[in-house]
Amino acid sequence: MDLSKYVANLILFFRRLRIRAFRAMGGGGGGAEEELTAQETALYDRQIRVWGVDAQKRLSKAHVLVCGVNGTTIEFCKNIVLAGVGSLSLMDDHVVTEDDLNSNFLIPHDESIYGGRSRADVCCQSLKDFNPMVRVDVAKGDPSLIDGEFIDKFDIIVVSCASLKTKLFINDNCRKRNKHIAFYSIECKDSCGEIFVDLQNHSYVQKKPGGDPKQQELAYPSLQEAIDVPWKSLPKKTTKLHFAMRVLERYELSEGREPGETSLSDLPAVLALRKDMCDRMSLNESQIPTALLERLVAAGKKEHPPVCAILGGILGQEVIKSISCKGDPVKNFFYFDAADGKGVMEDIPPTPAD
Amino acid sequence: MASAAASEEAVKAAKVLMVGAGGIGCELLKTLALSGFSDIHIIDLDTIEVSNLNRQFLFRKTHVGQSKAHVARDAILKFRPNINIKSYHANVKDSEFNVDFFKQFNVVMNGLDNLDARRHVNRLCLAAEVPLVESGTTGFLGQVTVHVKGKTECYECQAKPVPKSYPVCTITSTPSKFVHCIVWAKDLLFAKLFGDKNQDNDLNVHSKDGSSSNSDVFKRDADEDLDQYARRIYDHVFGYNIEVALENEETWKNRKRPTPIYSREALPEEALKQNGTSGDCTKEHEEPSAMASLGLTNPQEIWTLADNSRVFVEAFKLFFQKREKEVGNLIFDKDDQLAVEFVSTAANIRAYSFGIPLHSLFEAKGVAGNIVHAVATTNAIIAGLIVIEAIKVLRGDYKNYRMTFCLEHPTRKMLLMPVDPFEPNKSCYVCSETPLLLDVNTKETKLREVIDKIIKSKLGMNLPLVMIGSTLVFEDGDGLEEDEAANYALNLDKVLAELPAPVINGTKLTVEDFQQELSCSINIKHREEFDEEKEPEGMVLSGWSAPVEKQVNSNGANKSAASSSSAHDSVEDISSKPGMKRKLDEISETKENCGASTSAQVVEDDDDLTMLDEDPKLKKKRSL
Ligand SMILES: [Zn+2]
Repeated sequence: MDLSKYVANLILFFRRLRIRAFRAMGGGGGGAEEELTAQETALYDRQIRVWGVDAQKRLSKAHVLVCGVNGTTIEFCKNIVLAGVGSLSLMDDHVVTEDDLNSNFLIPHDESIYGGRSRADVCCQSLKDFNPMVRVDVAKGDPSLIDGEFIDKFDIIVVSCASLKTKLFINDNCRKRNKHIAFYSIECKDSCGEIFVDLQNHSYVQKKPGGDPKQQELAYPSLQEAIDVPWKSLPKKTTKLHFAMRVLERYELSEGREPGETSLSDLPAVLALRKDMCDRMSLNESQIPTALLERLVAAGKKEHPPVCAILGGILGQEVIKSISCKGDPVKNFFYFDAADGKGVMEDIPPTPAD
Repeated sequence: MASAAASEEAVKAAKVLMVGAGGIGCELLKTLALSGFSDIHIIDLDTIEVSNLNRQFLFRKTHVGQSKAHVARDAILKFRPNINIKSYHANVKDSEFNVDFFKQFNVVMNGLDNLDARRHVNRLCLAAEVPLVESGTTGFLGQVTVHVKGKTECYECQAKPVPKSYPVCTITSTPSKFVHCIVWAKDLLFAKLFGDKNQDNDLNVHSKDGSSSNSDVFKRDADEDLDQYARRIYDHVFGYNIEVALENEETWKNRKRPTPIYSREALPEEALKQNGTSGDCTKEHEEPSAMASLGLTNPQEIWTLADNSRVFVEAFKLFFQKREKEVGNLIFDKDDQLAVEFVSTAANIRAYSFGIPLHSLFEAKGVAGNIVHAVATTNAIIAGLIVIEAIKVLRGDYKNYRMTFCLEHPTRKMLLMPVDPFEPNKSCYVCSETPLLLDVNTKETKLREVIDKIIKSKLGMNLPLVMIGSTLVFEDGDGLEEDEAANYALNLDKVLAELPAPVINGTKLTVEDFQQELSCSINIKHREEFDEEKEPEGMVLSGWSAPVEKQVNSNGANKSAASSSSAHDSVEDISSKPGMKRKLDEISETKENCGASTSAQVVEDDDDLTMLDEDPKLKKKRSL
């Protein structure tokens, strides 16, 4: 073997060794935040491979409030507890009834266990078992009365089975705080579902296939602004479900109904309201098919379990995206209908193209 | 809705089979139970591991080590005590799950993690004429497809990408990517030191060229100190072997020359002494870990060569100190911390030598274990979509069958994109009767190689039978007569042309698997030359790929098949998995955390999956 070459290689080798050692001492990015524990790394191994360590750390510091416990929000809760969110608070004082058993897999079929207890209370215990590293608790109270100081405890608020009035109230409150609080509402009506997202001003890292990561800014409208958008200004291809849900929530509000407190007998009145709203906003009534409205009023409070899983999964992903500031979030509605199988995003009002 | 009642009836009356109780399986079982399914059978071979707990929500820490199928069943019965769930802690390829077993079900749903089992279930469903709902996820991507005999394509109508095999010389002498170093560390070095000594191994074991073959340097000398032994192995594989390789000037004409590394330089005595003798600080009840005993805590960080070397030597010694009984029959397992430490650091030291960027233990583990990225949300969504399709199947609503993709970036506003199912491929060797073509050197190739590399590995047969004309030359399985078995064993080691019924150019082989009720023919074409790099197996099977159609990507632009391919890049290969490749190719996606193009192999879970190459021929897209 050529000795001089060997020596030259050795010198090169030591030079590289020193550079490496020097670099390693400096620590490779990520700031001086505390590391994940070995226990966390082992448990979250597979998902860290999807969203990275930084996202996992941010997730573990996020506080989430869920107002309204049903089959859909429970799916969401399961997902973020498994993912390792910092804390989760459940607000729902309703006493568990037999109806709740249908789509909620956290309530055992045993009245001696759930009898007389609130939905939040019964589900809280089961959620704790999913991941001992996540703090899950019950927040007693009425979502329509929560105040700013209480809201400030959270980074994410999810509202379900609440009236439009309550949703607007909470959304408005979130936007008034100095702290950035993301607002989501989610509803499942049998085989149909809707998610609304308000991240106010959200900046995140966008990574398109083949492209470099890019900083992006999004400005969200409030719920009030989004539902006030004149229908005629929306693109023709806007999901029919968007209009149908607006008719239904308006109907429930005007009749003073609880959310989902509808049946087939309401259909004539709902169709009349459709005509009224369509006339006012210059939309052809055929954009809101009678059959669709019929399905929605007949659904009442029924949730189709596969649709709960899909909506809860999408919402879980959205919340992870917004906490980690990675990936394109939904702006600002998501719709799913099992009848056609499409899961569609709608941007309302449409963001002007740049 | 009038049809709601019909759905309810169909669901209540249905008897269904789920294969897989992992990430998708847990979600699926829960959603089925909530949706009113009341007779569910579930098969899974696996036991529960800690890394499952972040998404397989029916399992708790106390369940680690127990059967997934049984624990999942018990967990569901707690909130739905009145339904019937039958669980099998077994391999779906076991003979008890034959065609008759499959016939009792109205629909079969897969939540599987490997190509092999998927193909097996596909064949049984075809034979039993039971509809199959197939699924897979990786990261934020997922898909659900429906396979009904005669109505839609079967799972194998489009060829699946086959595991990539690297040319031996790339692994032994000229690695250019980190994955090559991992393969070397895992399949050669780890196997040589801790695995079955009788297995073939391409590692250079001789201390001096041409010296007597009985001087295996990997053997520990009778009176050798463990530290000495570790250093001797280190110097041999990272130093001496590199120098031997460097002597072959021809190899390095157009390549960067590697640097030999010796323990005395990379690992000064003082560095080793800092942490005292190995093992002492490892508590008895804990799994031995070299990084723990050296006080290294962060598996996400890229270690220096010195640290890699320290961990390497420490892991090596720990195997002999704490796990001596296992030495000689260890097989690399991604959940074996010490094995991961050993393989990762060995790969890094080798990478250093070849000027390849080093990787953290966490990353190296992902490469070594072919770990699939998995999150709970995607599994939940996919399980929901499976149930929606299963209900359509039960109602016979075949006009509305869809295959659905779960996307990371919306395509035409959609995050969940339904597509009409494909029609059966008329030239599919599984669901039609088209013969295959095998290019092979009939004068040099043994029957055993054809059976292992083609019939079992490529065609996915479990217990094959091989006939030439009416002569039976091979049969697998129990219940053979002694003389038959002896005869077949003899045939295995014969080259094709010398079999009792000679296989030459133009011969037609009939291959059958009784359990799968699958039979197909292979036409033989004799060929003497094979490209070592491109055709390392020395055989080429063709004839079942679908014809290539013009491809349109999601932006509507024509796109060459190779452009979305990650096959030419190292670690990225890992994110592709066997499974339903073709379909998501049309929506090429980018994984955020590593910038790897996933190009959408879709498979749930963390089983051993091999690295894949992409075959441009597989890319086909039907306009929507
Ligand atoms: Zn087929």
